[in-house]
Amino acid sequence: MSDPSRPAVDDGPVVALEGLHKSFGDLVVLDGLDLEVRQGESVVVIGGSGTGKSVMLKHVIGLIRPDAGRVVVNGVDLASLGHRELTTFRRRFGMAFQEGALFDSMTVAENVGFALRRLTDLSGAQVRERVEECLRMVRLEGTGGKMPAELSGGMRRRVGFARAIAHEPAILLFDEPTTGLDPVITALVDEVILELTEGLGTTALTITHDMESAFRIADRVGLLYRGRIVALAPPEEFRRLDDPRVQQFIHGRAEGPLTDPRELAGAEV
Amino acid sequence: MTLPAVVERPVAEVGRFFEVLWRVLLWTPRPPYDWRQLARQLVRVGVDSVPVILLTALFTGAVLALQSYTVLARFNAEGFIGSLVALSLVLELSPVIGGLIIAGRVGSSMGAEIGTMRVTEQIDALEVMATDPVHYLMVPRVWALVIMLPMLVLLGDVVGMAGGYLVAVVLLEANPVVYIDNSFQYMDLWDLFQGLAKGAFFGLLVGVIGCQKGFDTRGGAEGVGRSTTRAVVAASIAILISDFFLTKVLNWLTPWVTG
Repeated sequence: MSDPSRPAVDDGPVVALEGLHKSFGDLVVLDGLDLEVRQGESVVVIGGSGTGKSVMLKHVIGLIRPDAGRVVVNGVDLASLGHRELTTFRRRFGMAFQEGALFDSMTVAENVGFALRRLTDLSGAQVRERVEECLRMVRLEGTGGKMPAELSGGMRRRVGFARAIAHEPAILLFDEPTTGLDPVITALVDEVILELTEGLGTTALTITHDMESAFRIADRVGLLYRGRIVALAPPEEFRRLDDPRVQQFIHGRAEGPLTDPRELAGAEV
Repeated sequence: MTLPAVVERPVAEVGRFFEVLWRVLLWTPRPPYDWRQLARQLVRVGVDSVPVILLTALFTGAVLALQSYTVLARFNAEGFIGSLVALSLVLELSPVIGGLIIAGRVGSSMGAEIGTMRVTEQIDALEVMATDPVHYLMVPRVWALVIMLPMLVLLGDVVGMAGGYLVAVVLLEANPVVYIDNSFQYMDLWDLFQGLAKGAFFGLLVGVIGCQKGFDTRGGAEGVGRSTTRAVVAASIAILISDFFLTKVLNWLTPWVTG
């Protein structure tokens, strides 16, 4: 939900995707995608499975390079960075992966403290303190000694969040944070994301196909369709858009332009 | 112009090998140095492989003595069993068999481990946390193999010779003193060094190929299985082929060294 009381900071977008094109073989995934995320804003991009949401997210952090177009973060074009510069540049990001992507050879605490140990000069005690703080934020205090394999899917996901925020990144990326979780855990995860974005003023870009969750955590919602953002608006406004694709997605209808066989056939050309 | 697949595949494989090797070498001197990872890999590669090396080396030496007897007895040259066993082991069998065993034991597990990390996005997670996966995953693994495989080769040399000794002395009733004397008579340090150098080189091959196959994994559990197989097959082939050329180079160096 957007919060009007929040101070509007506006000095250019934090993340700007400009005309991104990406194909894998003959499959066109991104086809001139444009998107801007402003300072302190939480943008959620929704879209069906296989529409290229993850591919878009991986472009933002330079895991995938575009065939054409630019990714500009804090005014820096990622394409202008060399391999090592890009690696260093990524410190300003925190990314939570779909299934957590926890290092399964390490304990929960080692996972959460990974970036701190590698990238900062914090002492062992300081790292432990920060790790416990992050685990508390995701309501998992006291689980530091466990191995990822001992945790449930939802817990792993939350450990992934704790790991993503541990080094206090300026930009958070969430890959399907609530997919496959039960409603109670979903609500909890949304609450945690809100706390991070609204509470700490972190800029966030989330991709999901969970509509309810999207409306809860977004300042603006965008629909990704055939490689482009075809609608982008604050949640309330987004709900009222009369774009048939938006309405089909919101109401989860099987019939409509998103699933039109002619449209789908066209997408493969 | 496109090359036929039989030519293109191996060329691409070799190219990829050198690309990964280059990145490992580039990242090696850069901080932070992860000694804990290196120690862990040294134990995994080295210490944990001791039993299988003991067993294979013992029987390799034993069968070598048996077969040498069959052949040498025809020339009334049974007295040279010790030399033949020792030199064959040190120069050739200990590094090659050790290398193949380690390719199967360690190369496969590296391929599977890193492959699983790839398909579960753990490698993406590393990159996102400003950590280069080549630096963090490959550097300690490759160096652990380069350091440990020569040690295992040395162990194989000793145990293999012990196996040969047992067969010669107990089964074939050779004179123990003569046998031992004969084992070391025609061997010098350069021979020993050649075997160890091969070990280090094979360690490099197994490490780089195992890590690379894991790293390039695509497509879920099936992909991991494929990478594991590829790691073992490619590393084994690489060992056997490079062994020929390595031997050639070392032979060519011999006059300069022993001069």
